[in-house]
Amino acid sequence: MIYAKKKPIFCFLQTLILLILCGSINLVIAADIQLIKVAYITQEKKIPAALSNLDDFVPLKGLAGTELAIKDNNTTGQFTGQEFQLNKIIIAVDSDVTAIAKQKITDDTAFIIANLPVEQLKTLADLEIAQNKLIFDATTTDDPLRNSQCRDNILHILPSRAMRADALAQYLLKKKWRKWFIVSGSSKEDSLYTSAIKRAAKRFGMNIVAEKKWTHSYDARRTAQSDVPVFTQNIDYDVLVVADEQDLFGEYLAYRTWIPRPIVGTQGLTPTAWHRTHEQWGAVQMQNRFKAQAQRWMEEEDYGAYLAVRSIGEASVRTHSNQMQAIKDYLLSDKFSLQGYKGSPLSFRAWNGQLRQPVLLAAARSLVAVAPIEGFLHPKTLLDTLGYDQAESACNNMSKTQSESIVKKQDNQKQIQPINATHSFKKLIKQIIDKIKQ
Amino acid sequence: MKYAILISILLSYLAQAETVFVTLEKDNALAIVDPIAGKLLKTIEIGQRPRGIALSPDYKYLYIATSDDNTVKVFSTNNYQEIAQLPSGEDPETFALNPTGNLLYVSNEDDNLVTVIDVINKKEIAQIKVGVEPEGIAVSPDNQWVISASETTNMIHWIDPKTNKIVENTLVDPRPRAANFTIDSTQLWVTSEIAGTLMILDVNTKQIIKTIRLDIPGVNANKIQPVGVVIDKERRWGYIAIGPANRVAVINAQTLEIEKFLLVGQRVWNLAFSPDQKRLYSTNGRSNDISIIDLENHKVTKSVAVGRFPWGIVAKP
Repeated sequence: MIYAKKKPIFCFLQTLILLILCGSINLVIAADIQLIKVAYITQEKKIPAALSNLDDFVPLKGLAGTELAIKDNNTTGQFTGQEFQLNKIIIAVDSDVTAIAKQKITDDTAFIIANLPVEQLKTLADLEIAQNKLIFDATTTDDPLRNSQCRDNILHILPSRAMRADALAQYLLKKKWRKWFIVSGSSKEDSLYTSAIKRAAKRFGMNIVAEKKWTHSYDARRTAQSDVPVFTQNIDYDVLVVADEQDLFGEYLAYRTWIPRPIVGTQGLTPTAWHRTHEQWGAVQMQNRFKAQAQRWMEEEDYGAYLAVRSIGEASVRTHSNQMQAIKDYLLSDKFSLQGYKGSPLSFRAWNGQLRQPVLLAAARSLVAVAPIEGFLHPKTLLDTLGYDQAESACNNMSKTQSESIVKKQDNQKQIQPINATHSFKKLIKQIIDKIKQ
Repeated sequence: MKYAILISILLSYLAQAETVFVTLEKDNALAIVDPIAGKLLKTIEIGQRPRGIALSPDYKYLYIATSDDNTVKVFSTNNYQEIAQLPSGEDPETFALNPTGNLLYVSNEDDNLVTVIDVINKKEIAQIKVGVEPEGIAVSPDNQWVISASETTNMIHWIDPKTNKIVENTLVDPRPRAANFTIDSTQLWVTSEIAGTLMILDVNTKQIIKTIRLDIPGVNANKIQPVGVVIDKERRWGYIAIGPANRVAVINAQTLEIEKFLLVGQRVWNLAFSPDQKRLYSTNGRSNDISIIDLENHKVTKSVAVGRFPWGIVAKP
């Protein structure tokens, strides 16, 4: 009798417990999905005059790299309960980047991948809306932007011109090709490239035997065949170092010089972050996956954007955070280590936000070397033999941020097990329900 | 008397007889080596870009992933004839057999999948979605777990072989390459190519219990890129191939400390024990040879040139 009385109450309790438990399961799952919002901002480019018809103009380089990285992050995210959302902001050639950025970058977006020229990037970084955001400069190679003009809300992914020039110098020193003849174009970018080359020459004890500007002022009736020999005559040098970032004349130098000498720099043997000849350290898989998605080879801009989004992915998975400050602190800490398909782990230089990385030295159809070249030493990491080291840097913006917020020495492995936790929680519930049923 | 001596010599030779099989990635071939004599016996063509290799538990069959043929081929160990091709999915590189030898688990690196193949019926029975670029794969000796290591997701995925579902995930150091269980199935050893570490995971908790940095005095940290990992049956020693550092690390499997480093050939990639576990063999990708290591003294005794880019290796009594 007593039992009979108790039973309905027990049944009611049982249902109630079940309802509560079911409700909480849903809550746990819903709360588990952490949204990480990423904006990708770029401006369309005018199709430049082509030197030849060999290479097609690739519109919107960088976007496919971003998309692949978002996909990779989300593949990982399904195991960590995170979702990466991409907001593509593609600005027409003649439109105002600042105005559109203000309008389209939402308040709840903490991360911006920028594929913008230096001046526009600086303007974007200085906007009020960008102050609590972290901008990943996926494409510039500008040294001033990483030194005297650096911003504490920008991280730079691609190697700077100084890093590239140092990589080249290390290799040329190893080859003992020390007499350099510099030929530069007339653009502002070419003179920045030349400055980096000169800095590297000084650092590695090279001898600049001549420096000439290619002015494009030659008579149109004359050809490269006759121009280049005259241009390079009467100079004794080991290598011709060319600074022609827009690809306007550099390709015409090879095989046409007065004396037989190799071409290096922006053409010939080129220092670069990524190249289609690169196959080592799992790079084949990266090349294949990219080609399958984009139907073309991965360009440097794609690699830059890919690494930017993967950095966010790696940091948010390890910290299980979608907050700007937590991610930034992690990225600038010693714990961050990114796989970039170049052998060494990649990390950020805390003093200027530059991603430290090996630099490839590539010819058109063969990868010649990967810098740092063996034998060039550094007390901390060999990767810092490339570019501006901490003591040389005029930027201290980033390190300030790092010391302000010390990264806690927490065990990340324990921190992030949402799916596992849910799983064991579900197990527990199942056990309880089974017991109740019995 | 003479005959008796001869017979005893012959018998001891037979008792020692052993064959080592090595896949040659760039020769599209399989090298067959007599490790006792330290001689390459012969090389046979087997298919495009052979990499992963395994022996059936009864030693009757050889399984070889011919990556560019998009299949895992089955060969007889008697006459080396091709018997079958398994539907491995695209670009198979590494795979693992379960202890009974009836199921084969393949990593499909470009598709983020693990394909499960019924070896007897030559049928794909499941595809499991895993993280980005799955590579290392292993089945626990007690057949309770299949693990897949995804190189870009940086996780170990714990798959229940009964349901072919991922049950748990463990975040590990960047670019995990290879993984192997201890014989008692209580630990999983995982190498991280980028961090240069060996991580020991507890199978019960699925957590890392120890991380060992494989620093070698005088060797640049960039060259410490561990790949293959094996642990002996007594769980006395574990061995790690450290890629371009050209060394095999000897790890005390009880104290989990580094014992020593053995200098082998260039870009040491994968490792295999002799069936009696008295020797260890390493494939050295860049020097085109295998190293033979005497495990009683932990000394490299010989290297045998085998062909271009030796990749995977197994030994049969």
